[in-house]
Amino acid sequence: MQVPDKFNPVTAAIQALDPSGQVQISVTRGDVQLLVPRTIIIDVLRTLKDDFGFTYLIDIVATDRFTSEDRFEVIWNIISLKDQSRIFVKTRVPEEDPSLPSTVDIWPAANWNEREAYDMMGIRFTGHPDLRRLFLPEDFEYFPLRKEFPLMGVPGSIPLPSTSPDVD
Amino acid sequence: MSNTETIVDRAHPTFFKEHQNALYKSLEDKHTTVEFDSNDPLGTRMILNMGPQHPATHGVLRLLLELDGETITKSKLDIGYLHRGVEKIAENKTYQEFMPYTDRMDYLSPYSNNVALCTAVEKIAGIEVPERAQYIRMIGCELARISSHLLWLGTMVMDTGAISMFIWTFRERERLYDIFDNFAGHRFTVSHSRIGGVNNDFTDAAIAKIKNFVETFPKELKDWNKLLNKNRIFFDRNINIGQVDSETAIKLGLTGPVIRATGIAYDIRHFEPYLHYDKVDFEVPTRLEGDNLARYYCRMEEMAESIKIIRQCLDTMPKGPIRTDNAKQSYPSKDEVYYSMEGLIHDFMMTDTGVCPPEGYECYHAIEAPKGELGYYIQSDGTGHPWRLKIKTPSTSNLQGLERALDGAMVADTVVLIGGFDPVLGEADK
Repeated sequence: MQVPDKFNPVTAAIQALDPSGQVQISVTRGDVQLLVPRTIIIDVLRTLKDDFGFTYLIDIVATDRFTSEDRFEVIWNIISLKDQSRIFVKTRVPEEDPSLPSTVDIWPAANWNEREAYDMMGIRFTGHPDLRRLFLPEDFEYFPLRKEFPLMGVPGSIPLPSTSPDVD
Repeated sequence: MSNTETIVDRAHPTFFKEHQNALYKSLEDKHTTVEFDSNDPLGTRMILNMGPQHPATHGVLRLLLELDGETITKSKLDIGYLHRGVEKIAENKTYQEFMPYTDRMDYLSPYSNNVALCTAVEKIAGIEVPERAQYIRMIGCELARISSHLLWLGTMVMDTGAISMFIWTFRERERLYDIFDNFAGHRFTVSHSRIGGVNNDFTDAAIAKIKNFVETFPKELKDWNKLLNKNRIFFDRNINIGQVDSETAIKLGLTGPVIRATGIAYDIRHFEPYLHYDKVDFEVPTRLEGDNLARYYCRMEEMAESIKIIRQCLDTMPKGPIRTDNAKQSYPSKDEVYYSMEGLIHDFMMTDTGVCPPEGYECYHAIEAPKGELGYYIQSDGTGHPWRLKIKTPSTSNLQGLERALDGAMVADTVVLIGGFDPVLGEADK
């Protein structure tokens, strides 16, 4: 599918940031998606926010591309209220080093979203001010949305509070 | 308290020790630029732990508040006590099988959740939905919005000290449940929407009930406005409480009535119209103040707008099928299943395999739920199960803003503030 015309300045600016030409632009069911290499992700996001008005971060999605190269994918879902447009920026990180620079200083809203990505998928955001798990307790040592984590959970992986009143 | 003793030293958690220590540490570290006088001879500094079983926190929200007298100096929210891992469950279910789980996400407006999932799957799989089903969904969504706002109104006004309001809003909610019961077969977790349409058409009795509700509800709304809009106690409890300006609201990613109360008319029904919201005439209520009172006005006006939408839908709703007639994309009708072999096979195939979006496709679809933008990001691997299904829930975004809004507030306003942000923990915790 063709990229809508209103995205032409955006895609041109992103391609200018990446001399090696690795940026891929695709449109699925009307959603414009940019796949950029991990090295320039922070420049791309900052350009989108500062120059094109993508000031409102909706969500950060972390996915597991199990058995594929560059196993994890992180997707920023951002919108520009001015142009009424939505764009998805994706990048991939390998299993051995699942880390990315934090985007909290670009969008403070990224704080909890990055914590969720860390909690569920184990992606570390360097420079995050408070990278704790969002839903699960710190005592838990697995990342449950990774594909190898069993649906029924790992028995005994979480120390549950005793059902009787404090005795110790 | 001695000079060297910190919050972490004083807390002695008995379970989830690492988690609790990390949380207390995080509270200790928040805004590290702020200096505290740790001598504190009067002992006015304390850590207050609210929840997760506090009745006024709308579920299992846990707050850690550091108080200086009556002022909250720092706050941290701890969520996840209702975490059920729905995203993991979704990866192991077909799209249609997963739908009843969405009812239990935002359990105050189950209909919107069903529609959000179904529209997202329809978008990725390219399924057309008949006209009449679109209008039925719109009516259901708006009824759900009213029902959710009614619960918010009752509890929020109760938080400020008035009990009777709660009873009145629940009387109206009961009428809404009757309507849902009549056309969907369930009062609460309706699961009425289907991929490719809806389960069944409105009965005449249901339409009569909806018409009756649409006629009488505006009068109730007017009465409530009369009671609250000039009420000194209600005003004083809400005005200038939890003020957020529009710039901060965007930065924090607030959504729904909370962002509209700061003056930003961000409503998915206008921003990216879905169903037939571009064919009905309605307004997006906004306020400029960004405080709790502004949120109150926004939600009250939204209920009136919802009634307007339902009226227009009832007038323009065409007759016709309520589910797409393609056995590869949606369930066949029960008549076909019981009386034809093909129908039975198709029904079996839909249950066993379900809808299969094309391999490698991924897309996002959002709707305007009562709490804000509710979106589903789906990645497909070509099978009937989603490879990854990420839910963007409005309550999570708003709770993040609440953490900011609590800093500097009075401890007595905490409960009113939570009421104003209106989070649902079933949805925030996934």
